[in-house]
Amino acid sequence: MGPIVIALLVLGGLFVLVALAAVGIYNALVGLRNQTKNAWAQIDVQLKRRHDLVPNLVETVRGYATHEQKTLENVIAARNQAAGATNVDDRIKAEQGLSGALGRLMVVVEQYPDLKANRNFLALQEELSSTENKIGFARQFYNDSVMQYNTKLETFPSNMVGGMFQFKAATFFEVADAAEREAPKVKF
Amino acid sequence: MWEAIQGNIRRSWLLISLMGVLLVAFGFCVGLLGGPEGGTWGVFAALALWLILWGVAVAGGDSLLLLSAGGRKLEHGDAPQVWNVVDEMRIASGLPFMPDIYLVDDPTPNAFAVGRGQKRGAVAVTSGLLKRLNRDELQGVVGHEIGHIHNRDTFFMTLAGVMLGAIVMISEVVLRTMGWGGRSRKSVGGGNALFFLISLLAVILAPLFAQLLYFACSRRREYLADACGARFTRYPEGLASALEKISGNLGSGMAADEAANKVLAPMYIVNPMQGLVAGALFSTHPPTESRVKILRGMAGAGYSAYEEAYRRTRGESDWCIGARTLQVDAAVGIRPATPDDESDEDRAGRRQDVQVLVSRLNDLLLLTCPCGVGIRVPADFKRPAITCPRCGRTNDLPAAQAAAQPDEPMVYKRRGEGWESFKCECGAAQNLSPKFMAPSLTCAKCGKKIWIEPPTA
Repeated sequence: MGPIVIALLVLGGLFVLVALAAVGIYNALVGLRNQTKNAWAQIDVQLKRRHDLVPNLVETVRGYATHEQKTLENVIAARNQAAGATNVDDRIKAEQGLSGALGRLMVVVEQYPDLKANRNFLALQEELSSTENKIGFARQFYNDSVMQYNTKLETFPSNMVGGMFQFKAATFFEVADAAEREAPKVKF
Repeated sequence: MWEAIQGNIRRSWLLISLMGVLLVAFGFCVGLLGGPEGGTWGVFAALALWLILWGVAVAGGDSLLLLSAGGRKLEHGDAPQVWNVVDEMRIASGLPFMPDIYLVDDPTPNAFAVGRGQKRGAVAVTSGLLKRLNRDELQGVVGHEIGHIHNRDTFFMTLAGVMLGAIVMISEVVLRTMGWGGRSRKSVGGGNALFFLISLLAVILAPLFAQLLYFACSRRREYLADACGARFTRYPEGLASALEKISGNLGSGMAADEAANKVLAPMYIVNPMQGLVAGALFSTHPPTESRVKILRGMAGAGYSAYEEAYRRTRGESDWCIGARTLQVDAAVGIRPATPDDESDEDRAGRRQDVQVLVSRLNDLLLLTCPCGVGIRVPADFKRPAITCPRCGRTNDLPAAQAAAQPDEPMVYKRRGEGWESFKCECGAAQNLSPKFMAPSLTCAKCGKKIWIEPPTA
């Protein structure tokens, strides 16, 4: 074998190694991108669940708290607005509005001991507060996933593969109010 | 979290390989005891036993472990809060499946996780745990257990546990059949005496060595799972205070957990055999005080905060969490505590709820007689009423009542806007206040749904 053949073999071997590494990185990037998508879908699931719970809650509260029509109407309005929002920014704003309206409703509920003893209400309350928690945790996981994915996209050598196949950085789910950023804890 | 567990998986494979080498060497030594050519056979026998044990663990694995601990499966309707807490932690950890939840009827507060990789898993809690912990604490404990599943600890520890089991089993069999010498010693010639001694030493030492390896590995996983629990919940204090409550209870005369056995021990949140296994070297769990101290010393809720507190508390320079994990770790804050306005009455209520739940899962119905006696009624009890053993009152069985009238909804039409009372079909009196506006109510005695129609004007 002449030196040229050896050089060609070495070059070929190197090329195969690089190609294999690129495939590995590409798959990892796809995995991370899918993880962010799943995490986003999970937020959706929980927001949808909250929309479903609100009418039930309002009906139960209405039976006891007859003087709170205004608060209840606000909650329903906020819920409908959130359910009907189309673009992401409107939606984040509307969901925050719904959180606020629910918070006010729960302050009002404090004045009705009969209601607070109702089993149906207690069950709804647990579901709702847990759903609020789940929204927070889903958002937390989404942001973690985005962070991981974006870091991978920016660091060497995965940034080269990312650039070649046009992977786009994902955006964080930011909440305007700093207190809202952490997993919310609704306490009734 | 894909990267976060890479280091842990690498360490796990190292553990498994070391255990494997130990198992093969051990089998070889045991084989030599039988004769000069026995080495190969010993290796085969050891590997075969390991394969069989592993097969059993994988096939019946989770359910076998849970059944040996006496677990009953919980659905959402059984205990909504527990189910929700597990679901919350599943979401926070990004686990792709919802783990099964089991309730073990045991007064000792404890929890454990079993599972296989990223496909299946289960979390088990004892009734004693549910009775004692508030929601934040329960969340911390569940976060820790989900952390075990998330880090694949459950899978690797089952694998390693099975290897340990094989080594211990062979060693015991050999020591017993040999009776410390006797028959087999005569067959050993002078030249092989050294071999014989070494083999004997191996038989005695291998189980100890395997246990050391196993326990050292499991201790580190506990710290890692604590870090996960703190990060998932964003609230290290919840887990810290739960650990304190749990270990405080173990200390007061409940050291040995009946439901636990040696192989299950590393899967519990706090070592259930604290009184039995002496010394930190042979302990599957790090000391609770040290774990609590680390959790309380965290400046944030992220992995880096845990790593920092870990090193400060333990005065060590080695990594607890891999450097690669910390590299992509964002600084995360601790969320504010939930105001704990739980009164003693609420706590008593929770204890009672858990007791009712346990009875129901055991197919028992718990009736409370007006004299205060709790009567447990088995499911196959067919008569409509039961006599209280203390006061002699006759108590109606709600289940029998419900069976007599199938799920036809009851409708009550209101007469006016004032106070009204009427009787449910089971005979319990129902009161309506003037404020009552809901479309339906639920009978507190038989659980029947009653629709309330507004009065006709």
